[in-house]
Amino acid sequence: MKFLKQFALILAVCFAGEFLHELLPLPVPAGIYGVGILFLCLEFKVVKVSAIKETAKFLIEIMPVLFIPPAVGLIEVWGTLEAKWHLYFAAAFLSTFFVMFISGRTAQYLADKADGGKDNERL
Amino acid sequence: MSGFNSIFFSSAVTIFAFLFGCAVQRRFKSPLLNPMIFAIFISIGAISFLKIDYAEYAKDTTAVSFLLTPATVCLALPLYEQFELLKKNWLPVLAAIISGVLANGIFIFCAALLFKLGRYDYVSLLPKSITTPIGIALSSQLSACVPLTVAGICVTGITGNMFGKEFCKLCGINNPIAKGVAMGTASHVIGTSKAMEMGEVEGAFSSLSLIVTGIISVGAINLFAKLV
Repeated sequence: MKFLKQFALILAVCFAGEFLHELLPLPVPAGIYGVGILFLCLEFKVVKVSAIKETAKFLIEIMPVLFIPPAVGLIEVWGTLEAKWHLYFAAAFLSTFFVMFISGRTAQYLADKADGGKDNERL
Repeated sequence: MSGFNSIFFSSAVTIFAFLFGCAVQRRFKSPLLNPMIFAIFISIGAISFLKIDYAEYAKDTTAVSFLLTPATVCLALPLYEQFELLKKNWLPVLAAIISGVLANGIFIFCAALLFKLGRYDYVSLLPKSITTPIGIALSSQLSACVPLTVAGICVTGITGNMFGKEFCKLCGINNPIAKGVAMGTASHVIGTSKAMEMGEVEGAFSSLSLIVTGIISVGAINLFAKLV
């Protein structure tokens, strides 16, 4: 029964997210509203961690499986992507380094400044 | 049901393919053998071999894929658990994530111009640095090509996982917080698994960053999508 209750609660949050998605004119996916709602509920102790924990961990753990069906859609669109696949690959590959460089250097600069260059133990 | 067009068959193939991918990765421990990518290829192979129509397969696997939104919502739990880290280090973490998200948008914009990609391709590639559930949600909301987005997300994740550690060293990024944030912002969950090997601080900041990056990207990517 515990899992059923946890799952029902998570589904209710999804529905609330969907509702906000319909209600508000912002281009925010329902799931993201859901993250916000659930986070606030946890932060303000409306929902206890124990009320969702096991099911939430399970859903996060199996998440990669849920991406397989949309990705298999490649089979349908491959004909239109084939001609330029190396360009998509190059864009994705190279941008990874660019993003890593920019965000890493920014964090490094600010984190070092914050502790005067000392090693930090801030966990 | 006709032949292999079955909810049970399609869902079972998908899940078994993933479990098989997990077993292969445990055996060979290479980021290239990501279980999800492995499973995508096996599933593609299975449905082409058995001549199952993709539309049929997609319909039959809704039993699995409907969990995507609930699973996304659950990201609130790790975010809540790591919120203290964010509060204590909000300036470097948020500044790095925002600059990373902007860097991603600018790079993809320039790449699209340079490679003469159309709007459809550009918008499909924009969400490629963020965690897959949010990437898929954004891609479908922008009526982009979801499979291309997922492929871009996989390439990005594996690139970060394979080269991130050396690349950080090369760029003089040696602060553990900075390394973690860089890995999480640039290459989401797949990069985070590497960051966890690099150290506890790196892993914690990487997993925090990947969620925050996904959330901030919702706004940023909608803006970048309007550029073309």
